[in-house]
Amino acid sequence: MDSFLTNALAVSVEGGNDGFLLLQILGWVLGILGLVFFLGSAVGMVRFPDFYTRMHAAGKGDTLSTMLMLGGFGLVTMEDFSIGSWLVLFKILAVVLFIYLTTPTSSHALMRAAFEDDEMPMTEEDLKKANRKDKKKR
Amino acid sequence: MTEWFAIVMGTSLFVLMIPVMYRICKGPTGFDRILGVNVIGTKTAVLLVIIGTLYERVEMFVDFALTYALLNFVAAIIVSRYLNRTISLKEMEAREKEKGRAKA
Repeated sequence: MDSFLTNALAVSVEGGNDGFLLLQILGWVLGILGLVFFLGSAVGMVRFPDFYTRMHAAGKGDTLSTMLMLGGFGLVTMEDFSIGSWLVLFKILAVVLFIYLTTPTSSHALMRAAFEDDEMPMTEEDLKKANRKDKKKR
Repeated sequence: MTEWFAIVMGTSLFVLMIPVMYRICKGPTGFDRILGVNVIGTKTAVLLVIIGTLYERVEMFVDFALTYALLNFVAAIIVSRYLNRTISLKEMEAREKEKGRAKA
């Protein structure tokens, strides 16, 4: 199994002991995709008007971007197909699975806590009021 | 090449954490703050893996990342449980006493 994978991927090695080019490129693409999702999450946390919309941006963007970035780095660090690097890859996949399970759970718990604490979502009237205040200030 | 990728990824992660830090500082409610702390904690797990790639000891740093993610999850759950206590302890005791009387 090991030698088969090594031979199959050795075609794409581009000199040096820097790992396999195919896996590296795949890892880079995954990492940059994760950065894009985290950019969306960060912008959403600043720009959105009330708590629940911010929760929407943070919960989804955070989960997906973390999973993508960890997966990408798991592929980038795969330098040879020895037992050790397989172990590292499986550990990183375990972290990915853990985050896949826990981040939605914690954001659900936070949302429920906020709802039971009478934190009301923003309505259209609130938005109109806020706009009026802005106009008065100017 | 891998090192440069790791450095660039880590720096851009740090830069993108700044808006979330702004939300933590400014956030109107406490829930906004704990949400931002949660996001930054999850990203710290990624950052630990990146640091491990830079030091070429990923197998050690992955364990740290797993521990950090676990701690972050527990912190978020506990804080949400703490914040949603809508009635105070004294009221709870009073209610218990009333229940006891009703039974007796």
